Amino acid sequence: MTAPAAPPSGPGRPSVAVWKFASCDGCQLSLLDLEDELLALVAAVDIRYFLEMTRAVVEGPYDISLVEGSITTAHDAERIQAVRESSRFLVTIGACATAGGIQGLRNYADVGDYVASVYANPGYIETLSTSTPISAHVPVDFELRGCPVNRYQLLEVLTAYLAGRAPRVPGFPVCQECKAAANVCVLVAAGTPCLGPVTRAGCGALCPSVGRGCFGCFGPAATVNTAALASRLTDDGARPAELVRIFRSFTANAPEFARESRSHDS
Amino acid sequence: MTHNRNYSVDVGALARVEGEGALHVVVRDGSVSEVALNIYEPPRFFEAFLVGRRYDEIPDIAARICGICPVAYQMSSCAAAEDAFGVAVSRQIQDLRRLLYCGEWLQSHALHVYFLHAPDFFGLEDAVALAERDHSAVERGLSLKKTGNKIMETVGGRAVHPVNVRVGGFYKAPAQAAVRALAEPLHRALDASLETVRWVSGFDFPDIENDYTFVSLRDPGRYPMEVGRVVSSSGLDCTPAEFAEIAVEEHVARSTALHSRLFGREPYLTGPLSRYALNSEALTPLAKEAAAAAGLGRECRNPFKSIVVRAVELVFACEEALRLVETYEAPVPPAINMPVPTAARALSDGEQAGTSDGLVGAGATEAPRGLLFHVYEIDAEGLVRKARIVPPTAQNQLPIEADLRRVAETGLDLSHDELTRRAEQAVRNHDPCISCAAHFLDVTVETVP
Repeated sequence: MTAPAAPPSGPGRPSVAVWKFASCDGCQLSLLDLEDELLALVAAVDIRYFLEMTRAVVEGPYDISLVEGSITTAHDAERIQAVRESSRFLVTIGACATAGGIQGLRNYADVGDYVASVYANPGYIETLSTSTPISAHVPVDFELRGCPVNRYQLLEVLTAYLAGRAPRVPGFPVCQECKAAANVCVLVAAGTPCLGPVTRAGCGALCPSVGRGCFGCFGPAATVNTAALASRLTDDGARPAELVRIFRSFTANAPEFARESRSHDS
Repeated sequence: MTHNRNYSVDVGALARVEGEGALHVVVRDGSVSEVALNIYEPPRFFEAFLVGRRYDEIPDIAARICGICPVAYQMSSCAAAEDAFGVAVSRQIQDLRRLLYCGEWLQSHALHVYFLHAPDFFGLEDAVALAERDHSAVERGLSLKKTGNKIMETVGGRAVHPVNVRVGGFYKAPAQAAVRALAEPLHRALDASLETVRWVSGFDFPDIENDYTFVSLRDPGRYPMEVGRVVSSSGLDCTPAEFAEIAVEEHVARSTALHSRLFGREPYLTGPLSRYALNSEALTPLAKEAAAAAGLGRECRNPFKSIVVRAVELVFACEEALRLVETYEAPVPPAINMPVPTAARALSDGEQAGTSDGLVGAGATEAPRGLLFHVYEIDAEGLVRKARIVPPTAQNQLPIEADLRRVAETGLDLSHDELTRRAEQAVRNHDPCISCAAHFLDVTVETVP
């Protein structure tokens, strides 16, 4: 990822907009979860559009747009174009915006069946057959991963922008954080399926820290060998259907995970 | 403004709610002719995603329905799956779940009271503007919220989408020292929550009382949260499984969320007003005192005063969490194993392979914004065959629309801007989580020429 193309314009505070597409609100909530930093943050930037927090709406353009959620309707596919046009620096926050998220499970199924199974009157429902990341529709300047994002990484992205430098967000796998936390390896010691070796760090190895396997909610690390991991899991007794489920969850459409899950899907 | 006898109120993108929705009110010949809460959040199909997943994946997937109340989804889904397997968890596990849930109530209610709802009572756009007027109030809200998040991180491992919850209990019991350390911030939060009740009870409230059918859980002797039977002010008293049959859902054009009625007829309300009306005698001592001091009777039918009830529930959540923290003993084991039936066992029961009905279970818990119930059918391999999830906001859509009608009827002499603000407030009174219900809310007030 790249540093901001240019420092914030003018002497004023950079303007910020927060957008929601198909999502659970958890990543934008992470901004409000910065309880100790929030009031300082809203003093350092000028929040001009953030419906979850304020009914005040100021028209763009905006210096920074934070985008949560994936594209799942024709209307949203048009809306993201307008967001891009009004934004100098566009940051996707979370697994939905960055990889299509849990909604990406629909990409492996027939959405018509889904509509029929949830809604009595399918004719009322407008939806696309796929859930796609923001980058499939418009250029994205920085992608912050996680389901949800780590709020301190979100703060780091904003701080880096204010300082005119690149955000320091690691691309190495969860294993590195897990070792630093002095956890016993759940995969090696207990044979628990764990995506830690192929998943991007950032959460602090939360799942192995409570004795369960990582389920990959930060998506693939910068360089991964998913086939080697799948082979190890197979040696430990995982059947193909389980491998499909393991690689097909909160970031099912990240290319590396999608390829691996398809290779076990008969 | 309202010399004009024909006009409409439209809010196209409602702010300070979770998710995306709209509101539409039409006044013709001086009377309200049409009221609609439109939920246009994209449909999210969670029930379909769950089909074919293993039972132990349910809590993590269901949590993604809502980033504001993931614990509610985890608690209801665990309860439903455990009901399907016929397994009861230990008292220690149940207590730890209740502590985690107290954390979610604290963070969610603090967010709603201070960030989403209170600005309305000052005619302000948001909590940032509120902080300019009353910095200490917003600081108090943030500190309450932080304590809630601290509990969720200590017990659940993460504030948004906790990782430590599993069907049967927890992956790992938190250390006793870590849980006991929550007492100190909780004592401060208790003071802050009592101050919150005093603060909000001094707000000006429109004089409106509505005739709700209240529905909530009841857990004898305790304010309801993670377990209980479903009761109503109209005399209902049933299990979550029975309630799932009684609460009939309807799909209408204006919403990607389904509408609920009791027996397919009677709209009903869930949430703080309902919990309070049906369980106020079970509140903890300071919460009960605070409610009395704030002038709440045995029940409250003014939806604008839901902020006072929510503040009382903040006091309750602090007192209850303190009790649980002080008596905490790590559950051993941290989780009960589910007896996943094998195909062989199904056959020995005289059923044919592949044709058994599977195990069906229902679970209901009290999300911060109301009753959340789940029903699952799980097959012999432990895979989900059917899922039904009914969030509080879907159940509350009809009473919210009824409230809007009352607000419009009693606000015909207000200016267009005032009526728009009040209509928005009427929706926020119920802390709708539109992401849960489907996913977005938008309100409009416009004049019909």
